[in-house]
Amino acid sequence: MREFPEWFRIPLGSWVDSVADWLTTEGAAVFQAISDVLFVLLLRIERALLWLPWPVLILLVAILAWRIVGIRLAGGVVVGLLFIGALGLWPEAMATLALVVSATLLATALGLPVGILMSGSDTARTMIRPLLDLMQTMPSFVYLIPALMLFGLGRVPALMATLVYAIPPVIRLTNLGIRQVSTSVVEAARSFGSTTMQILFWVQIPLAMPTIMAGINQTIMMALAMVVIASMIGAGGLGDEVLRAIGRLEVGRGFTGGISIVIMAIIIDRITAGLGERSQHDST
Amino acid sequence: MAAPIRIEGLTKIFGPRQQEALRMLDGGATKEEVLKKPRATVGIYDVSFDVEEGEVFVVMGLSGSGKSTLVRCLNRLIQPTRGSILIRDENVVEMDEEALRELRLHRVSMVFQQFGLFPHLSVRENVSYGLKVRGVSRQERMEKADAMLESVGLGEWATSRVGELSGGMQQRVGLARALATDPDILLMDEPFSALDPLIRREMQDELTELHDELSKTIVFITHDLDEALQIGDRIAVMKDGIVHQIGTPEEILRTPSTDYVAEFVDGVNPWGVINAEHVMDEPDAILYLSEGPRTALRKMSVAQLSSILVVDRGRKLRGILTADAAAEALENGDTDIGPYVEDLEGVGADVTLEELVPMGALSQHPLPVVSEDNRLMGVVVRASILDGLTSQHGQSRRTEEPAANGIGAEAK
Repeated sequence: MREFPEWFRIPLGSWVDSVADWLTTEGAAVFQAISDVLFVLLLRIERALLWLPWPVLILLVAILAWRIVGIRLAGGVVVGLLFIGALGLWPEAMATLALVVSATLLATALGLPVGILMSGSDTARTMIRPLLDLMQTMPSFVYLIPALMLFGLGRVPALMATLVYAIPPVIRLTNLGIRQVSTSVVEAARSFGSTTMQILFWVQIPLAMPTIMAGINQTIMMALAMVVIASMIGAGGLGDEVLRAIGRLEVGRGFTGGISIVIMAIIIDRITAGLGERSQHDST
Repeated sequence: MAAPIRIEGLTKIFGPRQQEALRMLDGGATKEEVLKKPRATVGIYDVSFDVEEGEVFVVMGLSGSGKSTLVRCLNRLIQPTRGSILIRDENVVEMDEEALRELRLHRVSMVFQQFGLFPHLSVRENVSYGLKVRGVSRQERMEKADAMLESVGLGEWATSRVGELSGGMQQRVGLARALATDPDILLMDEPFSALDPLIRREMQDELTELHDELSKTIVFITHDLDEALQIGDRIAVMKDGIVHQIGTPEEILRTPSTDYVAEFVDGVNPWGVINAEHVMDEPDAILYLSEGPRTALRKMSVAQLSSILVVDRGRKLRGILTADAAAEALENGDTDIGPYVEDLEGVGADVTLEELVPMGALSQHPLPVVSEDNRLMGVVVRASILDGLTSQHGQSRRTEEPAANGIGAEAK
């Protein structure tokens, strides 16, 4: 008994294949529509980022960093972004940023309600949790295949793959944050005749904000990590640089692309983490 | 108007198979048996009582007695399993969402042990929360909140975060928040238990004052017997979800109806509970201001006193006349004893023994007890205090009470 017998097989792979096939043929119109909408969103954001003269953008980000975190980060932002520009990767960086921003917006827009739903119902939590585990542990490359099949090559499938990979933290931490709100506070709100919605928006979400912000921060970081992988199906941007460098074994090119991603990651992380801390000060 | 709260057969069972548990309980099963078999927890079982208009009704019990479950049924934060709660003749148990919301918005509000304040809001926003839910305009609710804060002495803290306040101040915010909606009934779930003893005492006094002022009907939950005795007009003692006794503090102390209650009140310090009215005696002799020194001396010698309390026609206390002063008046040929009467302050009927002792109640002179309009109701002498402190005497004093009251009644 060194091998499983031939008859003892579950054809899970071909089942998934047939579902995907069915989806591609029957759902073509739906996916085309989704694709069109997302493409427009992505394009608008990227155009806006590239339309802004780079000094203006750098200044804006620096001001943001200064207001939210402090003058030192603002200095770091200026140096870091100038460095990316000097490497000649400004358009690529903006393409990547557009993808990350779009993925984060979508992830938050979808993840918040799902997280809220999970926090309000144990049944929903029991059902959604394994799905999130699956999404987070599945090797990220695997997402590329259905995204490719359903949306073809390009930015939109890259966005979809990034979204799927990056959405779990915001869902998880929204759920956690709301559940962590002290029951005595919620009870008090209820005792004054608040409706479920009033409790949610006036009490639970404000108090869960630090945790939710931490979730969004993690989602952004995961989106940034995914863009490199998603470049294999046409995400473009900095990931493309790295991918090409791998193909041609160009160490220098790989390094400049990689370091640019690191710089962006640090800047985005510090700013969003600062936002999270601020909401924490507001609620304690 | 109908009674503020009327509870009948109220039962709450937690866990699965509640109907089965109910049947078992009705058949005489104990809380432990029900927990073992259908694994149901009895919160409260068959609780019935009425709360009178404007009274402070205390529900007292140790943890697990069901007192918190009971109070949460009153505004249906917990849905009872059986029974009815009539608030001004409307059954809370059967209210739909809309009616329940209206009840919580306008008529019943609650103060919590852990304060339950909103940490992300300012003190003022906390206090005005109920009004916000009600849909009152921002301007109006801020004004109301500020007035409320003023009345609990936190006017200057309106814009602070609640986290910056001490425990006692936080609970004052909790109280102000509950009062801001001007409810008919105030539910207080161990509001002072989380506070330091000194602050607790202060808050209890303040609550009593506030209650006199606003005359709300209050249901007050506590595990502290002293607290219950101090602030309760009536007390319900609970254990294992069942009400053991309902009565005034004196009734609970003097005639405990079950062993549990007796055991509970056994350790209580009667000094803080028994007051002057309970231990006072009829004075052996009193002198009217219109009477002369000769009468005074005769009354004193009959009663074997060295001094006598002097009252006017309305039986209002005027002071005390010593035998020496009376003799002096007689010597001087004065028939009016007025100038010879020494001033003497009476004590109020509700002054406790604890407070009486430092006032000289243990000295040789009797201490006059007066009503609010200074009428002489009786006297406290050393012997009656010592008597009042022995529990056996607690019973016998009770039978004497009508006589003591008789003085007061006569005076009126």
